[in-house]
Order: sequence, then structure tokens, then C-alpha cells
Amino acid sequence: MGMNHDMVGFVYPDSKPYLVTAEKIAAFAQAIGDDNPIYFDQDFATSLGHKSVCAPPTFPIAVTLTVMEEYFNDPALNMNYSRIVHSDQRFEYTRPIEVGDELVVRTSVEEIRPLGGNEMATFRTDVLSNDKLVVTAWSKLVVRGEE
Amino acid sequence: MSIDFEQLNVGEELPGLELQFTRADLIAYANASGDQNPIHQDEIVAKSVGLPDVISHGMLTMGRAIRVVTDWVGDPTSVVEYSVRMTRPVVVPDDGKGATVKFGGKITQINANRTVQIELSAVCDGTTVLGQAKAIVAFK
Repeated sequence: MGMNHDMVGFVYPDSKPYLVTAEKIAAFAQAIGDDNPIYFDQDFATSLGHKSVCAPPTFPIAVTLTVMEEYFNDPALNMNYSRIVHSDQRFEYTRPIEVGDELVVRTSVEEIRPLGGNEMATFRTDVLSNDKLVVTAWSKLVVRGEE
Repeated sequence: MSIDFEQLNVGEELPGLELQFTRADLIAYANASGDQNPIHQDEIVAKSVGLPDVISHGMLTMGRAIRVVTDWVGDPTSVVEYSVRMTRPVVVPDDGKGATVKFGGKITQINANRTVQIELSAVCDGTTVLGQAKAIVAFK
């Protein structure tokens, strides 16, 4: 009943583009309760040398999670979606996410391995704009074994 | 950036933060992030999977923890790497008060390429909720 280990190394087709707007950045910053003006104030962001307001460090998850969720239900992976716990998250930033970015997510299955009676799966998501890397995110999920 | 890289020391602590997590915060985060998993909103579902009550999105805790670094450094885009392990859930009761999480940060490495590693801590009710939480900040 475990996950399909043959899927390690599999790269899913690129996602549909996600258009970044000032409103989406502001809504996310507001939801995490962060009032840093760089997320809201165009003039302030410009004064720091940015083209527009920039997205908070964990904003990429709002882009990658909905893409990954589709794959969690992929029968080829045989992942028990109802037993998933998000255990680790990592981001490596190449450049800030800005207004006007059309973000495309390229997801690959990096690792699947047993962990006690559970299984652990790592998804790597490269987030690109105009074919250039913006940020890479790794999401590690534990699939809790059946009791 | 107002911080002088040359003056930083390993072991130096960053100003901490104490933040409330309420049910309203979880709903707002679910809507902004697209993570509508009911364990973050519905206590019947949360309890049915063995949780004591509704829990925060781990990514909301992660999103708030980094403020220790970004409030300190000013420009959040100087964070070049950020990673956490979600070790324990933040349980958010529906009592109007919610949960309180204390966040802290400490400089653990200063590198020749003008980057600084900061170890973050997040404690709720005396329990560590984020482990191996680290950010790398690049100075110009």
C-alpha cells in the first residue's frame, strides 16, 4: 500500500502561469500579519531599489501548494492524501517575487523513503518567470502509516 | 540597510516577537494562501484525526517566524534561504484569545561572503513548534 518509489525523479509538466499582483502580495502579507511597507508601499519598495512591492519570504507556498495538491492526488504516486502532514519547508531565493511576474511551477518528486511506520516524500518546486528561476522550494511531507 | 555587517557577532540575539494566533487569523491565512485544509478551521474535523483542537497552518507559523529577521534587517529580500521543520502544531482554541507564540533569533554564523546565518526559535506554551529553523541573510 506504500507510495510508488518509481516516481522518484519524475518531473511534472509546468503549471499554468500565476500572475503576481500588488493585491495578492498585500493580501498575503496582511494574512501573516506583517506590515513591512515593502509589501504595501510602491514608493518605499522603489526607494530600496526594487521595481515594485515584493512578496514576503513564504509567499511562494501560495503558488506551489495548489499545484502540488493536484499531484498529491495523482494515482501514479499512490499517496494517501488524508494522512499527509507537512513536516519541512525550505526556500532558496534567486530574486524577489515582484508585481507582474507570471510564475510557472515545475514540480519534481525528489525523494520517497520509509520513516518508521510512515513514509516521507520530498517535492521540489522550481518557480520560474520567463523561463528564469525565481525561487526553489522544497516541501517534505510525512504520510502517516495506517494504524 | 541600517545594520553594520562588520559589527555583527556570532551569538548575538535579534529582538524577539510575541504574536497571537486566533481562529480569525487562520481563516484569513487559508484564504490568502489557498490552504483550505479543514484541520485549520473546523474542530470537529481536527479532533476526528486525533488533534486536540484546530491547529495553525505550519506555513503561517513559518511566515510569522521570519519577521524576527525581516523586522531586524528591514529589507526582507535580503533573505536568500529560509527553512524550518514543523515539529509541533500550534493549537488554536476558539476562545477569542487563541494561542501565543514567542519567536526569537540568534546569529549562528557569519560568513566571508557577507552572509549571516540566523537560527530561529518558536515556542508556544513552553513547547518548541519549529525546529531547525534557519535563515541566511545576504548583506551588500
